[in-house]
Amino acid sequence: MQVTVLLFASYADTLGTSSIPLELSSGATAGDALDQVRSLAADALPSKPLLAVNERYARPEHVLAAGDEVAIIPPVAGG
Amino acid sequence: MRTALVDRPIDVTALANEVASASNGASVLFIGTVRNVNDGRAVTGMEYTAYRGMAERELAAIAREASEEFGGSDVVVEHRLGALELGDASVVIATAHPHRGAAYAASRYVIEQLKRRVPIWKLEHYVDGTREWVDPTRHAAHASPGAETQS
Repeated sequence: MQVTVLLFASYADTLGTSSIPLELSSGATAGDALDQVRSLAADALPSKPLLAVNERYARPEHVLAAGDEVAIIPPVAGG
Repeated sequence: MRTALVDRPIDVTALANEVASASNGASVLFIGTVRNVNDGRAVTGMEYTAYRGMAERELAAIAREASEEFGGSDVVVEHRLGALELGDASVVIATAHPHRGAAYAASRYVIEQLKRRVPIWKLEHYVDGTREWVDPTRHAAHASPGAETQS
């Protein structure tokens, strides 16, 4: 199944892109998506960044569905 | 109740008027502005970006929680995105309630939760021409008592 990983701010700069399409096997989790992105650029991301699935904060164990949007969220700095 | 991410200057007076009503004896206006120094470095400007859909959703949720928790306070929040100059308002929170306690509490709740949960990031521009993404978690790691962060 295909999912899209979104990157923002410092993570997008480090990886040189703001969006990565990923092919994952069914039953894959948000954490699996993170691991795949990490394999593209080791050390580019902290060990446990915040994750969101379809615009809601999610845990790494969150099971993904085809078409899901997984976001890797850098430390937020609004205000 | 209303929350929004905006790409233009925030009209502070308009937000104050929006929560004002005959039954609200107290309105509180919080204005977060771009400061000229951060972490000891001279700042010339700021660029705000967001995960827009999620930021809107989180901001709306926070305003709802504030209203529910603090006596049905009226809550209006605008956060600005894009390039901001020193002194520009980046966030304005207007709260109102028949009594001041709830209006103050709702205002404080919104800004604290916003800074914790809403996926917005800022790229600081420094006097020496360099730019850096602000990381409040790194700042907190070596913050000393009294080293209060801004809005």
